[in-house]
Amino acid sequence: MNWSRRLINPVIDKEFRLRMRSTRSMLSVLFYILALGTIAMGFIYLFLYLGNRGPQRFDPQVSQMMFYVLSFAQLVLIAFMAPALTAGVISSEREKQTLSMLLTTQQSSSTIVLSKLVSALSFMALIVLATLPVYSIVFLYGGISPKQLISVFLFYLFVMLLLGALGVMFSTLFKRTIVAIIVTYGVGLIIFLVTGLLYLFFMGIEQRNMYVTGQPPVAGTHSWVGYLLGLNPAGAMMSLFDSSFSKEAFLLYGGNLNSKAPIELWLEFVIVYSVVIVLALWIAIRNIRPVARRRKGEEPAEQLPQDHSTSENGV
Amino acid sequence: MIEIRNLSKRYGTFHALKDISLYIEKGTVFGFVGPNGAGKSTTMSILATLMLPTSGVAKVGGYDVTRHPKEVRKRIGYMPDFFGVYDQLKATEYLHFYGASYGIPRAEREQLIPQLLELVNLTDKADTYVDSLSRGMKQRLCLARCLVHDPEVLILDEPASGLDPRARIEMREILKELKQMGKTIIISSHILPELAEMVDEIGVIEHGEMVAQGKVSDIQNRLRVTKVIHIRTLERGEELAEKLRDEPLVTSVLTDNTGVHVHYSGDDVQQSELLRKVISWEIPIVSFQEAQSNLEDVFLEITKGGPRE
Repeated sequence: MNWSRRLINPVIDKEFRLRMRSTRSMLSVLFYILALGTIAMGFIYLFLYLGNRGPQRFDPQVSQMMFYVLSFAQLVLIAFMAPALTAGVISSEREKQTLSMLLTTQQSSSTIVLSKLVSALSFMALIVLATLPVYSIVFLYGGISPKQLISVFLFYLFVMLLLGALGVMFSTLFKRTIVAIIVTYGVGLIIFLVTGLLYLFFMGIEQRNMYVTGQPPVAGTHSWVGYLLGLNPAGAMMSLFDSSFSKEAFLLYGGNLNSKAPIELWLEFVIVYSVVIVLALWIAIRNIRPVARRRKGEEPAEQLPQDHSTSENGV
Repeated sequence: MIEIRNLSKRYGTFHALKDISLYIEKGTVFGFVGPNGAGKSTTMSILATLMLPTSGVAKVGGYDVTRHPKEVRKRIGYMPDFFGVYDQLKATEYLHFYGASYGIPRAEREQLIPQLLELVNLTDKADTYVDSLSRGMKQRLCLARCLVHDPEVLILDEPASGLDPRARIEMREILKELKQMGKTIIISSHILPELAEMVDEIGVIEHGEMVAQGKVSDIQNRLRVTKVIHIRTLERGEELAEKLRDEPLVTSVLTDNTGVHVHYSGDDVQQSELLRKVISWEIPIVSFQEAQSNLEDVFLEITKGGPRE
């Protein structure tokens, strides 16, 4: 009893209640699973009946492919879901005019921000876990280890945390939910798409430079461009499936095949975005309560610089 | 209990509050009057630790609102002028949530919440979803929410706005009860005229400046608000009006089909003498009544009939 009380603070308790009572939540789960299920069924149908060599056997290799497809589809679904679920957590309370009353309670800024994030994450985790039956089709045919499945789900959790932290941050920075959601999608687009495009763009330039100068890279070296792909969730996830993918990402055509990747892409992803998550949450916590921001004990002289830096980070 | 010294708030070039000072004793009911945008809500938000003053000091129970906001929050119950409710919660759950947010243990809340609901006459709505309550009920529920941690100070920003007359009366009765409980209350309200008998002091604020402040009666006297005495006679109304015009403290006399309206600047003793005199004239009088001179008049007098609402 005691631990649950400690774990479930009033804000989480309220968020859970509100979330699970709304029909919208139930519908979200339904449509999410429906979407992923359709993709899975569509994939099976395409492979079994529409292959160019007529109906085929569904062997482990194909089921592995299906696992990849499902995993990427789920990643895209998460990218769409996370901002919508998190970017409104603070601003919607402001719009519904409940925030001021919440802020005059004894709950600290960090409790409010983190509880709201945890509650949104829990709901997303519920949705993602609810798709496990769809994944079980893959296991029916084999080709995937449980370890891969677990690592992919942990990766999802991290991506949700990342988008969630950004969503909550923008939710405290912008007064209107719709603006916060749009900005979060914008940043999501940069993370998901722009990083990938930049990788392809710079890889092309590097590749061309190599042909022009005619100098193959020295053994053991790698192209810096690979780091760009480590910032992309899809690239990072691919490196989870296939450990040689990281190496290939850093490799130029004609490069030394024995050169090793300087860092696993998924590891780079986790490290870089952990910093982003911490920073985003810090900004959110500092911004939710204007008074707490300036509360510096007895030194009013300290107020100015710190205040200044916050507003710089904030906007 | 509440101390405000030289409080100012600026938004860019706009001065929302200019150098306001205020001292409110424990157990006082303080009425905050002023047109919209005068700075009432700003002052209350600063006291509720929701906003930072540009300069000056605001203290609640001896704690500075900017330096010890957590201590201040323990001592205040704040009701904003506009507020929402969590639609998917029941009335009791709503109070449980805020109670828990103030760190009140569950067992204590179980006892407290029925009492609070009784205080605001919502006992029969305990298991009703908040969104199906009427506006007046929501307002009362919000008041119960302010009381959940038994604060010494209540900061009520327009607690009766948008309520119908019946709901206003209910709200007033609850406030009276709270006054009896010894709470220090700051209240800004449309129904301030109706609250006249329970407000101890008022502060009139306009354009971010405190125009007048003190006991209701003092301010009324200081402003020399003339009373209007309404006299109804069976007959000889015109004669009465003529005679009254010669009285020294009578500033003007009007007659219409409802009777004689006398603008009178004397105090209560002089007024009673006037009554004796009027009776001695042997004009058949049905009633001799002082028309309600209330805070609204004071307010209009001070703010010179400026826009309100």
